Amino acid sequence: MALIRSLLTLLVLLMVAGLAQAGAIEVREFDDPVMEQRYRSLTASLRCPTCENQAIDDSDAPVSGDMRDRVYLLLQEGVSDIEIREHMVQRFGDYVLYNPRLEGRTLLLWGLPAGLVLLGAILVVLIVRSRKSASAKALSEEERARLQALINRERTE
Amino acid sequence: MKRRLLLLLPLVGFLALSLFLYQGLSLNPFHRESALMARDFPEFELATLEDPERRVDRSLLATGELTLVNVWGEWCPECKREMPQLLDLAHRHDIRMVGISWKDTREKGLGFLDEFGNPFEINIFDPDNELGFELGVFGAPETFLVDAEGVIRYHHVGYISPGEVRDKILPEVEKWR
Repeated sequence: MALIRSLLTLLVLLMVAGLAQAGAIEVREFDDPVMEQRYRSLTASLRCPTCENQAIDDSDAPVSGDMRDRVYLLLQEGVSDIEIREHMVQRFGDYVLYNPRLEGRTLLLWGLPAGLVLLGAILVVLIVRSRKSASAKALSEEERARLQALINRERTE
Repeated sequence: MKRRLLLLLPLVGFLALSLFLYQGLSLNPFHRESALMARDFPEFELATLEDPERRVDRSLLATGELTLVNVWGEWCPECKREMPQLLDLAHRHDIRMVGISWKDTREKGLGFLDEFGNPFEINIFDPDNELGFELGVFGAPETFLVDAEGVIRYHHVGYISPGEVRDKILPEVEKWR
């Protein structure tokens, strides 16, 4: 009984903690659904600089709050999504972008997977081809004639 | 035989990738290139911690003298641990120091300086993270080395240990002085 009671208490405490956590991230009202969608996708695609792997939209780190405020402010001022991302990169570095931009030094990052798939495809084609020609060449004329003879004998018997 | 060796290629590739990812495990994610390197110290206009009537701006950092700008707060335990090193830099190595009292109240900020010493020529009062945001500050303490022309030359994130004063801060100061 005591165990059940303490488990229940724990459950309630966890729920309260969960609520407190949720309360740390402000709810914003938007008149314009497009603006709201942009706000959501921007805050989901910007990475919190201090929490290792969390987007600013669900991080309660103070810096994430400040970044959300700034995103909201810039949206109100009519700044484009690209410019807002650039605004954050200028201050916090490329680290804040979950999707690194395609540029000289990220070429390897973007190109390597595609390159590897291409390499794999080329290898498969080469292997299949070499097998085909190998099986075709496997028997000489003489051997083929002997094989045919053997098959014929089998049939007649 | 040669063709046989080719079969080891995927294994070699896998090992190379593992090694690459393995060394990533021991990297500190906070040690990354600062976005502000080699850029001008941002524009700002804020009051000082010491005197609410006195407003300062970017010209404070382009005086022709190299300056260490330290972002601190009374609420930040590592800032307290860092103070002896900052005092040492200011007094023994004669480096001009400017503080940014960050996300703090004036009362607490001044109390902090009373208690732990004041290495700063002046403190910029930034309770609402106006300048901090422009500097890309994401936690105190952070330290910026600003050269005589007001260009940011070095950015240190986090606590500065006595060893780091010797191995990182002082060499950078010498380099840009």
